[in-house]
This record gives sequence, structure tokens and C-alpha cells, in this order.
Amino acid sequence: MLKPVLRDPAALPRLALTLLALLLLWPGLRLSELNLAVLVERDNAANMGHFVAGFWPLAHDREFLQLLGRSILETLAIATAGMALALLLALPAALLASRALSLSAMHHGGRPAWWAQAGRWPVRGLLIVLRSVPEIVWALLFVRAVGLGPTAGVLAIAITYGGMLGKVYAEIFESVDPRPSRALLMAGSPRLAAFAYGVLPNAAAEMLSYTVYRWECAIRASVVMGFVGAGGLGQQIDLSLRLFAGGEVASMLLCFLALVLLADQLSRLLRARLL
Amino acid sequence: MSVSLSGVGLTHANGQVALSGIDLQVKTGERVAIIGPSGAGKTSLLRLLASNLRPSTGRISLLEQQPWQLGARQRQQLRARIGLTHQAPPLPPRQRVVTAVLAGKLGQWSLAKSLLNLLHPLDLPGAQAALARLDLADKLFERCDQLSGGQLQRVGIARVLYQAPELILADEPVSAMDPVLAGHTLSVLNEEVSRRGMTLLASLHAVELALAHFPRIIGVREGRVLFDLPPAAISREQLEALYANEQLQALPAAPLTAQHSLQIPRC
Repeated sequence: MLKPVLRDPAALPRLALTLLALLLLWPGLRLSELNLAVLVERDNAANMGHFVAGFWPLAHDREFLQLLGRSILETLAIATAGMALALLLALPAALLASRALSLSAMHHGGRPAWWAQAGRWPVRGLLIVLRSVPEIVWALLFVRAVGLGPTAGVLAIAITYGGMLGKVYAEIFESVDPRPSRALLMAGSPRLAAFAYGVLPNAAAEMLSYTVYRWECAIRASVVMGFVGAGGLGQQIDLSLRLFAGGEVASMLLCFLALVLLADQLSRLLRARLL
Repeated sequence: MSVSLSGVGLTHANGQVALSGIDLQVKTGERVAIIGPSGAGKTSLLRLLASNLRPSTGRISLLEQQPWQLGARQRQQLRARIGLTHQAPPLPPRQRVVTAVLAGKLGQWSLAKSLLNLLHPLDLPGAQAALARLDLADKLFERCDQLSGGQLQRVGIARVLYQAPELILADEPVSAMDPVLAGHTLSVLNEEVSRRGMTLLASLHAVELALAHFPRIIGVREGRVLFDLPPAAISREQLEALYANEQLQALPAAPLTAQHSLQIPRC
């Protein structure tokens, strides 16, 4: 006799989805030529072990530490200078791209006139172009243009992060309470003043928090860009890797870790105080 | 003539008619109260007069100028000469009271002065004087989110007094205050306005306050002007007709439902 079977009605769809995921994964594995077996092959394992074993002892002679300190400062300087330039680019672009200060939106029921809307598209397009090209590509470009060194890193960060900050700032401006700035505009205030008195007080905390987070990202990005010759800690890691100086690489990785940790703590502190 | 409307109508984007056939002349130095039930169009009328909304029909002239025939720049200059206070003043919560009051002059100051003022208040005595008139001098350096609704309304009035426009439009300026404070604030506002020769139009919920403080009363109902008289000439019947809807709710299950229910204004 048939007993009333206790069966989860969701079981079959779940099984089907799992099979589908595996089926889709297979071509991916083939295309990426992933073969985990190479990791445990004797030669390869020995090679890797040799490489990792070279990481100990950590390099700590005076000359190297001086070099290390210099590259850390250089990395921080690249990230900070890049962010400063990015802000110069992002703030005006965000003001132009945002609808928050539209005068024509006031008496058109919140929607700007079509020509004002059309005027925002070129700025939005520019921001999209700036941030859609990865910073490493910009860095490669600028290394060709201005030669090896931190300048290329600064420029690459300024351009990519300018695009990101501009887009996010514009969205923050549009998401805060529009009534204060509208009231000021309707009392005859110029738009920039209405922005400073009506939008900025509400948007400042969120903007600062996002900017600090981006600064942390810029530190990491500047290390990556060092590998293509854009200066800083990354360039030193690349050099030491090529020289098989494992101890130096390990010291630098530790410093890098400390740097990211520091940035993370700083942004956490600021967020806790401001949000 | 400070304000002149002829045949002005306003239809919102969703097709709802807010105002129709408004004819209104206000001379310089006049003080006018606008009363009427909720949803009658008082706020829409004030926003029209602030050149905040564009009328769908009719002609509007403010301070001898036609705002919708001006260029954007001249319209902003005209707006700087008109001050609008809101029922719930839109002030950023983190802004200090002194900044919120000084912001009244943004339309008259240069951009550089405005930005400098944000870093360091440039006219502390001016802000202090405007706030002191409304008994808020001690709140000068408080943040706006630490004030009550009634205090915020008084900050809004202080801002518009500091702006010193030629025409003040006040939208329910005392709705969040207790009756005594509301009366006091209205007399301060009226005093300042007559002393400086400004024109004042205020919408009010409290009929007694309007009748007591203003020499000219306009009753608005369903987007039309019902009467436009000095307070002494307004009869009880006219007031009852103006607020018919609220009378209806005071008498539960009255036998006159069918006829009157058609007149309930939409909010």
C-alpha cells in the first residue's frame, strides 16, 4: 500500500538547480584550464615549498628597512595624492551630473527639463569611461607616457577613482533630503550656495565615509600598480620576487597587511563617529 | 501693487485642480491672512506667490514683475526679494541655528561670502537680533535637530526676517506652537512687517488668530476665493460655509449627509 510519503516539495527543484550549476561550471573549468592535480605533482610541490621556505627568515637588515620605510611612505603618498586629484575631478563632475540642484525641476514636478537632463549625459558618460577602464590599464598607459615611477600610479588612481567618486557623490546628493536646498533655491540663492547650505550638511558624513573607504582601496590598488612599474611597495615586491629574495617579500607583505589594517581601522573609527 | 493675480488656475501634474479663477490684489504694506479647510489650496496659493509653482492659466505679477517671463537669473533675483516660511521649516538636522538663519541672505550675498560664512559666521549680531526678536537668542549655536517643532518654526521666521524681503509669505507659521506662544509670535511678525513696510500673506489654521491679528482675511475653499473681507465684516455664516466639512464631522450621523458629502474637499 502507498503510505503518505513525507517528502520536501522543494527537493526536486533544488537538485535540478544543483545539477544545472555543475553543468554550467564544467565548460568554465575547461576554458580556464583549471587542473588542481598540478598542485600536488612532486616537482611543482617542491618548487613551491622552496619558494615559500625562502620567506623565512624575514629580511630585517638596516639598509633594507630603510628601503622598506621609503616604499611604504611612497605607497601612502601615491594613494593620498591620487585621491586628492580624484576629488578635484569628482566634485565638479558630481555637481554637474547630479539632478539635486536642478532649478527647472522645481516647477516641473521634480523632473528637470529635457535639455537640462540631456546636458547631464555627457558628464555621466565621461565618469563611466573614467571608471570602466581598470586602474592597472591606466597605469600601464601612464608608465609609457611619463616613465617608471610613482607619477604614473598617482595619475591612474586619480582618473579611475575620480570616476567612481563622481558617480557615487552624485547619487548621494540625489538621495539626501531635497527640501532644504529647494527652499534655499526658491529664496533666490545661487545653486552652489544652496548646495553648500542645503545638501552638504546632510551628505557630508556619507561622503567622508565613502572617501575613506576609497582611500583604503587606493592603497591596495597602488600596491598592485607597483607591479607594472608605478612605484611604491608593489614595485619593490616585484623586484624582490624576481631576485628570489623571499625574506624581503615576506617582510613587505607583512607591512602591506599592517597598512591595510591601519586604513581599515581608520575608516571604521570615522564611520563610528559620523554615521 | 505687491501682488496681483488675475484668473489664475493651477492644475497639478496628476490632473488634480488645486486652484481655479483666483483674482487677488495685494498692495505694498498690506497684511493678509488666508484661511480655509485642509486641502483648500492655501499652500498651493502661497507657493504660486513665491514663484515656486507656475500657474497653468492666468496672469501673475509679483513686485511689479512677471516671474514666468523673466530669464532664470532675473527670476532668482526676484525670488531673493520674496521670503517663504514653511510649515515644517526644511533645515538640515546637523546645521547650526546661526547658519540656518544667516542662510536667509544667500540670495543677496556673493558666492564667496556665502561659502566663507559657512566656515565662520560673518554676521553674528544680525542672526542674534533676528533670533532675539523671537525669544530664541540662547539657541544661536544649537543644532537644528535639538529644537522642537515650534522652535524650528520660529527659526524659520527668524530666517525670513533676516532675509528682509519685500514680500513675506508664511505657510502656517505658528501651527506647532501653543495658543499663547502662537499669538505672541504672530504679533511679533506683524509688528516687524509693519515697522519695515513689508507685505505679509500668511495662511492660518486658527481662525481666531487670523481674525485677531490681520486687517484683511481671505477665505479659500476648494481652490476658490470664497470671501475677501476685513475681519469685522465676516459673518458667522460665512465662516461656517468655509469650514462646512469640519462642521459635518462634529455632528455624527446628521441627517444631511447626501447633500454635503459631495462637498468634502480632497486632501
